[in-house]
Amino acid sequence: MKVKNIIMTIAAMCMASACGNKDAQSEIKLSGAGATFPEPFYTMVFNNFNNETNNTVSYGGIGSGGGVRNLKDKIVDFAASDAFLSDEEMKEMDEVIHIPTCMGAVVLAFNLPNISEINLSGDVIADIFAGNITKWNDNRISDLNPQLDLPDNDIIPVYRSDGSGTTFIFTHYLSQVSESWKKYYGESKSVDFPKGQAAKGNPGVANTVKETPFSIGYVGSEYAFAQKLSMASLMNACGNIIKPTLASITASANGDIPMDTRTMITNSPDKDAYPISCLTWIIIYKEQNYNNRTEEQAKATIGLMQYILSDKIQQSSTKINYAPLPKKAIEYSLNNLKKATYNGKQISL
Amino acid sequence: MYNIFSKNQSFKTLLNISAGIIPLVCSGILLALVLNSFNAFSEFGFFNFLSSKEWNQSPNNESYGALPFISGTLLTTALALVLCIPLSLSVALFNGEYYKGKTISNVLNTIVDLLAGIPSVIYGLWGFYVLRPVVMSLGLSSQGSGILVASVVLAIMIVPYAASLSAEFIKLVPKEYKESAYSMGATRFEVIRYVIFPMASSGIFSSFILAMGRALGETMTVTMLIGNTNQMPQSLLDTGNTLASIVANQFGEADGLKLSSLFALALLLFIITAITNLIGKIIIKKKSISK
Repeated sequence: MKVKNIIMTIAAMCMASACGNKDAQSEIKLSGAGATFPEPFYTMVFNNFNNETNNTVSYGGIGSGGGVRNLKDKIVDFAASDAFLSDEEMKEMDEVIHIPTCMGAVVLAFNLPNISEINLSGDVIADIFAGNITKWNDNRISDLNPQLDLPDNDIIPVYRSDGSGTTFIFTHYLSQVSESWKKYYGESKSVDFPKGQAAKGNPGVANTVKETPFSIGYVGSEYAFAQKLSMASLMNACGNIIKPTLASITASANGDIPMDTRTMITNSPDKDAYPISCLTWIIIYKEQNYNNRTEEQAKATIGLMQYILSDKIQQSSTKINYAPLPKKAIEYSLNNLKKATYNGKQISL
Repeated sequence: MYNIFSKNQSFKTLLNISAGIIPLVCSGILLALVLNSFNAFSEFGFFNFLSSKEWNQSPNNESYGALPFISGTLLTTALALVLCIPLSLSVALFNGEYYKGKTISNVLNTIVDLLAGIPSVIYGLWGFYVLRPVVMSLGLSSQGSGILVASVVLAIMIVPYAASLSAEFIKLVPKEYKESAYSMGATRFEVIRYVIFPMASSGIFSSFILAMGRALGETMTVTMLIGNTNQMPQSLLDTGNTLASIVANQFGEADGLKLSSLFALALLLFIITAITNLIGKIIIKKKSISK
């Protein structure tokens, strides 16, 4: 009798789990790929999204370039990229919508014994990384830091040995503020820095700086904040010295941004802005019916975008050291989302 | 009977297939390296690529050359070998001559084998957190990382390879020769100097060649310690990059000409390592025939 009971129980459990599977099948699965910089943020957002809507989102952090390639091949529902698509790139594919999702920055982490705060300006940073300023007690650094007793040691710049969006944003900023930087080194994912040493990834650079007295390196803010590194305050376009904080990063997108949000916000004219800030985007097709996608998938995709732009998610980004978008960017993006269509018709949720 | 035969036959077939896979994979790797590096060689020319110091990655002005990385590889390897010779020769003599068969030799042998089994990332960590600060505090180099630190750690890594093989060749020297030398009043040092070394020399030499092969291609440790800069190193305290470390650092976001150039560097490393190993093998073979 007992055995029979057990068998019945197991059978009941099997049926229950079979039903569960059936339910699970009706949920919608979305997939995206791209940038690694916002990956921790997306992981958190997609988990919450799954809890609230039962829809699952899988995300592959394969680099911005790879994500855009996947979107071009129409094998993902969205691509994530640290760089917006250029006009030429947009011409090569069907019409897309850029949705900014959060903000970050590139910070200058440094290692000076007994000094935890230092002020720097863009042209000074450019000349440090170009090897033109070689000592910490150089006049141009001490002029910015009259309160500090700077050591007579060689500056050791630390940079990325691998190609990286962080390097691109950093050198884009340096090219904006220094003519000679623009001329000799320019902006790129990998730049041939003339001096110092290189390490792989944000962790590599951060660690090398931590372990090397008198060094300075550039690191993604989300990583630097989490590691509580000593970071330089920078002089922004208005001449104010600004500490890298989530608020000062958000402030850099306060200025005029275009309706389609495709803009670099380094060297922002805002008076409270940290100057090496950046947006990161999710890119979707305007016409959501491609590669046999269903209307439900299209709706879920738009739902996900609205979810990311919601107040709750934007505020929660600070918990893992990303900066929330300013109001204007959210407003523009919600408007842009309304242009998305399925078979030419507006998508209503 | 038939059953046994078929089992025998199928086992043999399986064996043949498995044995065939290895050369196939090896030539497949070589083919992939050659095909993928073709672009870089045809763009820059083979000898130009070897002798150019440029590693210019800016998108509109790309030009790649292998010289800084060939220099980095040869410098770290040569320095590592020089540093490793006294260490591994002493260990080899300790194990192969002085304490042959004793417990203490077994203990040392086990430790040396353990060194060989340690994953390279552990050597890298030790070098980064222990050796590098020492170099900095001695004032040898303000940034620590560089060819010197990488070579010192490499030297320690290859000691087991050179030492255990050398010890075997030292053990192989016939007792009669040594004993006749002793009977003529030779001291132990003289026996080592005039009997053991001359007889085991080619074997010892080849064990160093094999250890060198290991140093040439070591990637993880070197990447963690050498500083990863693409300029020509001017001194041993300078930072640099080896063929292996530049590939490990840059393959991630590379495409087009840059990726092809990385493949070309990998091909060069393949060739250099293959030649080194071949030389080592040939010497060992000659030695064992003459024995």
